[in-house]
Amino acid sequence: MILLWLILIPIIGGVLAWIFGKVNPLLSRWISLIAMILDLILAVVIWIQHPAQIALENQGGWLLQFQAPWIPQYGIGFYFGLDGISLLMVLLTAFLGVVSVLASWSDIRERVGFFHFNLLWILAGVTGVFLALDLFLFYFFWEMMLIPMYFLIAIWGSANRIYSAIKFFIFTQASGLLMLVAILGLYFTHFQNTGVYTFNYTELIGTSIPSHLAMWLMLGFFIAFVVKLPAVPVHTWLPDAHTDAPTAGSVILAGLLLKTGAYGLFRFVLPLFPNAAAQIAPFAMILGAVGIIYGAVLAFAQNDLKRLIAYTSVSHLGFVLIGIFAFNELAFQGAIMTMICHGLSTGGLFILVGIIYDKIHTRDMDRMGGLWESVPRMGAVAMFLAMASLGLPGLGNFVGEFLALIGAFQVNIPVTAVAVVGLVFATVYSLWIIQRTFHGEQRESWELPDLSIRNLAVMASMIIILIWLGLFPKPVLDTARPALQKIERGIIPISQVEDQTPNPGMSRNLSDNPLHIAEPVNHNSAEQEGT
Amino acid sequence: MYSLLWLVPTIPLVSFFLLMLVGARLPKKTIAAFGAGSVGISALLALVISFTFMTSPPPQHAYTQVLWTWIGVGNFSPDIAFHLDALSVVMMLVVTVVGFLIHLYSIEFMREEEGYSRFFAYMNLFVSMMLVLVLGSNLVLLYLGWEGVGLCSYLLIGFWYKDPANGRAARKAFVVTRVGDAAMALGLFLLFTQLGTLNIQAILEKASLQWATGSTYATAAAALLLGGAVGKSAQLPLQTWLPDAMAGPSPVSALIHAATMVTAGVYLIARTNILFTLAPPVQLLVAVVGAATLLISGFSALTQRDIKRVLAYSTISQIGYMFLALGVGAYTAAIFHFMTHAFFKALLFLGAGAIIMSMHHEHDMFKMGGLKDKMPVTFWTFLAGSAALAAVPLISAGFYSKDMILWYAWSSKSGGAVLWLVALIGAFITGLYTFRMVFITFWGETKGHIDKLPGKTIKIPLIVLGALAIIGGFVDMPHTLGHFAPFSEFLHSALPEVNAFELGLGTEVLFQLIAAAAALGGIYLAYQLYLKKAIHSREVSRGAVRGAVYRFFFSGWGFDWLYDWIFVKPFLWIARVNKGDVVDAIYTGIAAVSRGLHNLVRRSQDGKVRVYAAGIALGAIITIAIAVFL
Repeated sequence: MILLWLILIPIIGGVLAWIFGKVNPLLSRWISLIAMILDLILAVVIWIQHPAQIALENQGGWLLQFQAPWIPQYGIGFYFGLDGISLLMVLLTAFLGVVSVLASWSDIRERVGFFHFNLLWILAGVTGVFLALDLFLFYFFWEMMLIPMYFLIAIWGSANRIYSAIKFFIFTQASGLLMLVAILGLYFTHFQNTGVYTFNYTELIGTSIPSHLAMWLMLGFFIAFVVKLPAVPVHTWLPDAHTDAPTAGSVILAGLLLKTGAYGLFRFVLPLFPNAAAQIAPFAMILGAVGIIYGAVLAFAQNDLKRLIAYTSVSHLGFVLIGIFAFNELAFQGAIMTMICHGLSTGGLFILVGIIYDKIHTRDMDRMGGLWESVPRMGAVAMFLAMASLGLPGLGNFVGEFLALIGAFQVNIPVTAVAVVGLVFATVYSLWIIQRTFHGEQRESWELPDLSIRNLAVMASMIIILIWLGLFPKPVLDTARPALQKIERGIIPISQVEDQTPNPGMSRNLSDNPLHIAEPVNHNSAEQEGT
Repeated sequence: MYSLLWLVPTIPLVSFFLLMLVGARLPKKTIAAFGAGSVGISALLALVISFTFMTSPPPQHAYTQVLWTWIGVGNFSPDIAFHLDALSVVMMLVVTVVGFLIHLYSIEFMREEEGYSRFFAYMNLFVSMMLVLVLGSNLVLLYLGWEGVGLCSYLLIGFWYKDPANGRAARKAFVVTRVGDAAMALGLFLLFTQLGTLNIQAILEKASLQWATGSTYATAAAALLLGGAVGKSAQLPLQTWLPDAMAGPSPVSALIHAATMVTAGVYLIARTNILFTLAPPVQLLVAVVGAATLLISGFSALTQRDIKRVLAYSTISQIGYMFLALGVGAYTAAIFHFMTHAFFKALLFLGAGAIIMSMHHEHDMFKMGGLKDKMPVTFWTFLAGSAALAAVPLISAGFYSKDMILWYAWSSKSGGAVLWLVALIGAFITGLYTFRMVFITFWGETKGHIDKLPGKTIKIPLIVLGALAIIGGFVDMPHTLGHFAPFSEFLHSALPEVNAFELGLGTEVLFQLIAAAAALGGIYLAYQLYLKKAIHSREVSRGAVRGAVYRFFFSGWGFDWLYDWIFVKPFLWIARVNKGDVVDAIYTGIAAVSRGLHNLVRRSQDGKVRVYAAGIALGAIITIAIAVFL
């Protein structure tokens, strides 16, 4: 039930914010803030109460589950489950939810109630994506986060907002339909094998699928997820959407929506289609490396500060893609860590851009420069975030990228070498941001106030978390470990539900697990570490 | 006592956070007290710990303090842990003591500057990161310090951020060193994948067990680490950033770009010496890189007009000597030269800074002149530093360390005549450019106006460093001078002894005389050229060919130009051309095509019944035709 509340709180909060927004806009801000803080507290309580290590033996790897029938004749149910990966993502969602409400506090002045309704419903949708274990339900939430996001960009966005919103919608929707086809394909294959119609994730796992069909079904999921991630060459919706979205929208897009793609790869592509995923792994890693370099070069070329930061996401998520398809725990942990820290550091940069834009009404870096003099605090924060973004050791992003690369090195040295070159390019564009905005001479004498207490608090919390994760990432690594080890082994412990209806596909999957071909030299020690 | 080790890097770090958070609101005296005081306490602690280490060494001459597990994934579990052995004791002492003196100097030097607290914050962060670098017990923590000092170098080169040229120099330093760091990161990945650990001591043990001498993995690992080292230590081919780094304030040049950070590469190679011993081709490469660099940048130093750029090229050259020593397996000689170099080069930069400050930020030596009598303290200390740099025999610290390197370049089993000869020519050039600088700056007529003489907090560090530049070499006397060598003996608990031929005292004396003659010869030529003006120095750069050679040396052998064409320009070109993202053209293309089709089809729906009827008829005919003929 507690899982349901994670989704219900923003849904209810959103409706209330809309209603009370008509009375007083401030009321809807406070309602949204309180709702997201409640959500965050709830997520943190779950985190503290459920040490991930214990869960592995208990409930088939799920820390918490919730199950209720929905449309039983088609095998559709309200099935939510939480493991370490989803817990971390839910924490990130709730935290960035609070942040994005605060970031729009003075930013959004029109239709405040409806704005917050959309904002909270996106967050509910994202949380649902991270929790759903019924594929139909997953698809439902996948669409649910899309539509309010469309409104967010199209109504509160900047110059080119309609174009960007439609582009975002078409890319996501088209690839989402491919996923729907793949889900149905899996659904009917499972029926053919067992005579049972079900969208239940835990039951669908281990479905034996003819290999050519498995490849097609896997590609359906894969494309949907890499569009969201995004990987080159399906990334072009991202710069437009990020640039034209309001600040909160950019924070959520970069911080969360991109992560749903990576999450989907972890949750569905690898466990459901281990063979097919292993077959395309080298290809996916190359895509990741290309994205790292290509995104970085494009980022450097931009004059629009927000667009520049948008392209850096393409570059950073390349590390995630490499990490996921390296198929070992090191790289997996690196991908998870990069997902979290990228959400914080890039989110922070988007908020800074929002603040600057709000005051000087331009994002053109040719017109900035020398801002440090008038806003030193903002400059220092920007410097910190730029350093996080170029992967400075001691900050969380470094832990993520380093782990992803050291894991990737064990399976694919050329791809890793190219990705490492990306570190140099990241330095180039990160320093370029600082030079063109905060350093140098002031080109136009902007008078802008330094960070307000509210924004300072937001930034300070992000900075503290990034340093914490950079120096003591153990809590996050420990939380993700059991779930990642489970994926690595390709073994899904039989849940209590499946105990009653044993699945013939399961045993087959246990014995010949293709993921073991990519096993690192140290596969035994993972278990030793856990004890 | 050892349990306090963690405080040595932590105290400056705490001061950094304090200054960043509240520094802007503090009075300058408080800022100075925090900034210099924290490093002072750190230096005292380091002295006490080092004294304990020397008097009652820990078992196996090493002490490790594990604070917590940093990243624990599978068997990848680097700790936040500090490792103290003879090598890190020396490094720690130099970093904190020289660092403290430079902080003391900065109190007065930077007083008039905006961003006083920012300056001390960055400097404190630097000292802390440098200490992490030399104390880190595993390569990942070392890498943290390594990147941390790189960050501080960037921040401090660009300290006067309003001038875009400074920003450019700062970015160049960061990006060029990061190229080396990328290679080093790959080296770390390789070491971990093959040896299953990144703990330095464990790597050294396992490498010598698992890898044969000359094996591919050892060679690759050593080569990749060398990539990192040449970046940080400004050696060929990544040396181009250091001369530009002089855009930063002089104390920064003294601390970061002379005494400590730029020698991190030397430390890295000395620290992982077994990997290099296992990879003879790479070790030879280290020596060759060092020899080539010391010569190339020596020539460049000869032609500079900016006093700080002379010192910058000279730093590159002196680190070249250290690399040469590492390459021939004379690790203690490299560390010895690192120490004396830290003393005298920090001194020279601080002295240059004092002159520049007194002369309204004038950097051009040819506009100085005659400062000998006007700034006596600066002059005498600068002279002591120059003597050490030029390796004036017997009375300067630089002589003992450089002589040791020259001797081992010849006598080590991995050395040879060519390496020795290059080093000898380098010694001659060093004497020449050093005293060219001294004579131009301090002799002759005064060309500029001096308005402000350095005060006490500037003089004290100069005097202390001046003393160290003279006596700092007495801790390691060669065989010919009684073989009083406590420094080498101390370091041998952490570093291997050089594998050298026994050539006898007579040969050694001969070689020392040759080395002394080379250094003195250089000084004498400088005297003839720039003081007596027996040969007019302008003659040297006159004429087309000589002018071209002069400009070639002046520009640092055209490396900037080369890299500009190979890397920078193509990158900028691609960025500019692809600004609009060529991939997006596919999608806008699809959109354009469908819009075109839409327009085409729309035109057919024009409401004219005749056209519709014709369409229906045509369609019917085609359908029937298909039905009949197929």
